[in-house]
Amino acid sequence: MLAQLLTFAWTAPSLDYHALAPEIIVAATIVVLILVDVFTGERSRWASSSIAGIGLLLALIPIATLAYDGVDRVMFGGGFVVDNYALVLQALFVVAGYVVILLSTNYIAEGDYHEGEYYTLLLSSVLGMMVMASARDLISIFIALELVSIPAYMLAAWRKRDQNSNEAGLKYYLMGVFASAILLYGMSLIFGITGSTLLVDIGADLGSYVSSQPIITLGIAFVLIGFAFKVSAVPFHQWAPDTYEGAPTPVTSFLAVASKAAGFVAILNVLFIGFYGRHDVWEPLMWALAALSMTVGNLIALRQTNVVRMLAYSGIAQAGYILAPLAVAGATLDTGSEALRSIVVYLLIYAAMNLGAFAVVLAVARKTRSGEIKSFGGLFSYAPTLTVCMTIFLFSLAGIPPAAGWFAKLSIFSSLASAGTASGYVLAVIVGLNSVIAFGYYGRLIRVMWMDEAPDGDRTPIKVPASLSFALIITVAVTLVWGVFPGALTHFTDHITLFSLLR
Amino acid sequence: MKDFLNSWGISLMVFLPLVGALAMLVVPKANEQFHKVVALAASLVVGFIGILLMTNFDYDASGRLQFVVDMAWIPIINSRYIVGIDGISLPMIALTLLIVPLCIIYSWNRFPEPKNPKAFLILILILETGMLGSFVAQDLILFFVFFEVVLLPMYFMIGVWGGEKRQYASLKFFLYTLFGSALMIVAFLALYFLSDKVSIDGQMMHSFDVRLLPELARGISTGAALWIFGGMFIGFGIKVPMFPFHTWLPDAHTQAPTVGSVILAAVLLKLGTYGFIRIAIPILPGAAEKWAPFIGLLAVIGIIYGALCCLAQTDMKRLIAFSSVSHMGFVMLGIATLTTFGFQAAIFGMVAHGLITGMLFFVAGSTKDRYHTLDISRLGGMLKSMPHMGWILGFAVMASLGLPGLAGFWGEFPAILAAYEPGVGLNVAFFRVLMVIAAIGTVLSAAYLLWMYQRVGFGVPSKEFEEDPHLHDVTFSEWLAWTPILILIVVLGFVPNIIFKVTDGAVSQTIAIVNGLGG
Repeated sequence: MLAQLLTFAWTAPSLDYHALAPEIIVAATIVVLILVDVFTGERSRWASSSIAGIGLLLALIPIATLAYDGVDRVMFGGGFVVDNYALVLQALFVVAGYVVILLSTNYIAEGDYHEGEYYTLLLSSVLGMMVMASARDLISIFIALELVSIPAYMLAAWRKRDQNSNEAGLKYYLMGVFASAILLYGMSLIFGITGSTLLVDIGADLGSYVSSQPIITLGIAFVLIGFAFKVSAVPFHQWAPDTYEGAPTPVTSFLAVASKAAGFVAILNVLFIGFYGRHDVWEPLMWALAALSMTVGNLIALRQTNVVRMLAYSGIAQAGYILAPLAVAGATLDTGSEALRSIVVYLLIYAAMNLGAFAVVLAVARKTRSGEIKSFGGLFSYAPTLTVCMTIFLFSLAGIPPAAGWFAKLSIFSSLASAGTASGYVLAVIVGLNSVIAFGYYGRLIRVMWMDEAPDGDRTPIKVPASLSFALIITVAVTLVWGVFPGALTHFTDHITLFSLLR
Repeated sequence: MKDFLNSWGISLMVFLPLVGALAMLVVPKANEQFHKVVALAASLVVGFIGILLMTNFDYDASGRLQFVVDMAWIPIINSRYIVGIDGISLPMIALTLLIVPLCIIYSWNRFPEPKNPKAFLILILILETGMLGSFVAQDLILFFVFFEVVLLPMYFMIGVWGGEKRQYASLKFFLYTLFGSALMIVAFLALYFLSDKVSIDGQMMHSFDVRLLPELARGISTGAALWIFGGMFIGFGIKVPMFPFHTWLPDAHTQAPTVGSVILAAVLLKLGTYGFIRIAIPILPGAAEKWAPFIGLLAVIGIIYGALCCLAQTDMKRLIAFSSVSHMGFVMLGIATLTTFGFQAAIFGMVAHGLITGMLFFVAGSTKDRYHTLDISRLGGMLKSMPHMGWILGFAVMASLGLPGLAGFWGEFPAILAAYEPGVGLNVAFFRVLMVIAAIGTVLSAAYLLWMYQRVGFGVPSKEFEEDPHLHDVTFSEWLAWTPILILIVVLGFVPNIIFKVTDGAVSQTIAIVNGLGG
């Protein structure tokens, strides 16, 4: 009787352990981290960062084998999919997580912060991102999003005795929860109309409910606005600068790159699978968000005196560029896949160049103990290598060849132009004008580094710790190689698609 | 040998400077001699490869792209690594190959503050790669990348080694050009998506191939073509620079270090005019025809406006900078006629302006080194205090105002003449009016140049410089750097056919495309 009831109530889903291997490895690493932290003394805390790093690198192995295998694996009734798209993004999250660990190693160890807990939370957040890449169901997307965010709230407030850090954490938390609430409300509306949480079913249903238009509009808008908070698109961006400035810089880099990318992945998932048929609703919304984000972000960034705040606003502007292709993504399936690819390309390049920029900021702050732009004065005279690296990243962010950013921007332009509509071209021109504005502040930082004098005349060279150097080498190499041979990047993004389930 | 050049020649020429720069990057900057030697050697080897290419160039078929390499680069958008040389790019490449080593020789013992020859020379080498790459690229995206790569070293050169207002000037230069290239890339992409597809490895794809686009872009509607041309017009026009986009130029020139000014005037400005001849006009001849009167008008305004500004200058370098605006106006006028003759004049004008204005900036730089001022009213009596330098300045001034027998003449005179008989479909009366105004421009240019020369060269040295020990005549490294330019100015003046012969085939072919598809 009981057995009968159990079979009725719950059938064990068939698990494809190969497909889940990356997540399982990261989850196992988290467990190991906690155990090591519990059973070892203060002395061996340094091991945490190594374990976390090795765990992430191990997770790359199944990602590679899965990619080599090349078969789309669908699980949990279509709610969890491992395809090229998911794998590329999982690789992004894992590598970005690894670089953040490299950035954190010295910072966290020297600050005497709680190392074991720090890396546990960091990895939990990365795990959430990895799940996000595969999630194709409203519930699993929401869970993934919370798994990404909740550890991040705590990480932002990691410098316990610093008021700014506490403010950062609290602000991030309140805004994040508010966004989650909006998101959930939108999801409930969508569920109410379609009767399903599975994106494929939603996608199939939504197009046919013309009569309940207002509810659909409301649902779609709420879901997208919820995510817009996460990616800090204007006008939902206010938390970002304060949080970025207050949080420990490695955490900031994590928020600005990985966490933001996770938000975009969520948008891509719901948009291209669930809401694709209703592009009349979301295209104008995306157009406005994109145009506003890039313009407002760039204009405010011009006035910043703090490097991290400047990068925060630059990140808001970059979010605008990334959203831009979505404004035309619904025209045809071709423009849709063009938009999808260009966004993924942008996310990958953005991760490399932005993490690199933060790495330099961290390295410089080790000496100057300051995040002010002024403190970068004369950097070229005492740290030429760091200066050249930062210059490469800034040129990349500004979209100037041969650093990779130009190709990211080209992809955005290209997908906007491919739609062939007036609104697409207008947005492309807005992106173009914004690139010029943006150089105003990227160029200013370059100028300060190359052309100004050191503010206090102190020209002692900067000692860059090994892990930070390694992070710099990775990011510079990736930024330059992708810039000169974009084929090395498009090789991975060529075949990604999210429409396979739409048919 | 020929096979090797065919497959590797151009790529070697373009990327060898980068190899030199990389070698310099790993050596500490204290080792100055090493950096100078490596930089010079790299630029000379590049020049040697260039000479090999030029000797193996088939001059009877200058309209045909030669030494072509065509390889996949970014397959997803079908952007390819296509490089090649034809009669239009050859003179530009030759100019670049000549100017860069001369600049390195000139700077040998006189690096501007804050010295650091390592960084300075690395930038020059990167610049060389960018310039050569732009002139050989036959793919729009590849061209765009090289076009932008040129920006970076120039930005640093002005910003780090420049004059007092260097930061302002460098940022202005950068933002202007960036604005242009942002619109240019949107135009390129619009062109890409609106033009017909072509079969690549059995797959129908859009193309960025400059060789194919004139054919592929035929189907683009007139309205769209006008917009696309407009985007390119701003991109290239800022670089030229055309009135009213020229305001970055005087600042950049005045603040840039001597070598920076020379390269900027000699080669960088040509990227804009080259872009019109190579890309904008042949690909969109219909739109070019509609835009031509407008371009011609702006060109002529530039001629007169630049000349009038020259008359108002008190700073010698700034005066030369404005004379650039005026002279590039003649080049653009030649281009706007859309005739074989006009294009030929334009290309000759580009080379001549490169040599002559480059020379003027060299002299201005050396003058500044000695007098520590370029204020024309304080200079004077150069012929007395430094006779050689004075004569060289006089020679360059004569060449610049278009004296027959020197190179400048063959740039200006045919351009004016070409406006008498503009291309098919253009308003003859309108262009003849432009011609007359441009002719007045030559008078003005004679006026400001001679006036400047009178005040700088003639008379007696003013009190403050009478006994100045810094006023020594032309040095050895200056002679070494200047002699080739001086000789070329004379040779090209007497035998202009050296260039006309080379460009003839290629230009005729371009014009045939324009006329064939323009109607």
